[in-house]
Amino acid sequence: MKSIADIKAIRDKMQSEIILRDSDETNEIRVVVGMATCGISAGARPVFNTLIDEVAKRKLTNVKVTRTGCLGMCKLEPIVEVFVPNQEKVTYVHVNSEKAMDIIVNHIVNGNVCKDYLIKDED
Amino acid sequence: MRELSLNILDIAENSFKAEATEIEIVVKADANFLTISVIDNGVGMDEEFLKRVTDPFTTSRTTRKVGMGIPLIKMQAELCEGSFDIQSTKWVGTTLTASFKTNHIDRPPLGDIAETIVSLIADLKGAELTFRYELEGEEPFVLSTKEVKEELGDTIPIDTPDVLIFIKDLIKENIKLSIGGFSL
Ligand SMILES: Nc1ncnc2c1ncn2[C@@H]1O[C@H](COP(=O)(O)OP(=O)(O)O)[C@@H](O)[C@H]1O
Ligand code: FES
Ligand SMILES: [Mg+2]
Repeated sequence: MKSIADIKAIRDKMQSEIILRDSDETNEIRVVVGMATCGISAGARPVFNTLIDEVAKRKLTNVKVTRTGCLGMCKLEPIVEVFVPNQEKVTYVHVNSEKAMDIIVNHIVNGNVCKDYLIKDED
Repeated sequence: MRELSLNILDIAENSFKAEATEIEIVVKADANFLTISVIDNGVGMDEEFLKRVTDPFTTSRTTRKVGMGIPLIKMQAELCEGSFDIQSTKWVGTTLTASFKTNHIDRPPLGDIAETIVSLIADLKGAELTFRYELEGEEPFVLSTKEVKEELGDTIPIDTPDVLIFIKDLIKENIKLSIGGFSL
């Protein structure tokens, strides 16, 4: 069974691999998940955790995943906003874990916005 | 909410919004009751506001008129023959407690509490978080971000994804999700 002391092994491994987060904030990509009551009940928590898992798996050291409160669009939750430096904010709606993975691969890694997941006129 | 751990995440968000620097989440269970407490040292609420806070038309948010989080957990607790209490002092902090009859047919499962705690640790916004899990007859499990940070030292931030995944596994391995034959 793991104990808190086992975290030292992770620390040593990370220090040797130098996979620390990029400390240069000017190229930090921020991925923000709406976590107000409606976001959470619509499924924001698994989306948030999928984003964390993918960022870890792909060792994306310049990506920070954060939470925010109400984004004022209950019907469109879960909502994920992506902030790439020097680019306009991109807002994804009705996100689930699968879409979250696509957002990481296509948008964050390859720089292509996932157009299918943006707000549509009928929303 | 489908899981009580989602209510916990939602209630803890209030503590972050209240700019708390110390937040404690306690989950306690015995054969009779499952009790959730969220304790913070945030900005608190004055008496008059506190009286209205369990009413779904109270919120300090501007984007939507009604706050649902507190009325929701209160309603769920009462539906499960439990109890609800919120104490707050302006500029001192807030303590919310909700209990649920452990074997009540309408009680949502506790669900993925590890994922809830890790979602909070991933973005601590300057706060320290303590999670206590106490099942009757078992050693309590305590995770404090202060302690984890001490173990990590200065070079590795606690919100590094690899660390978060470790913490999630650590919680999952160390807590038991059933009591007296009832699944929590
Ligand atoms: N821990 C807390 N500290 C200070 N104020 C709080 C706290 N919890 C709730 N509140 C106040 O009560 C309001 C209602 O809370 P809630 O029912 O969760 O709805 P919401 O968070 O969506 O506004 C909040 O907007 C906030 O003003
Ligand atoms: S109240 Fe629904 S998104 Fe904020
Ligand atoms: Mg709330």
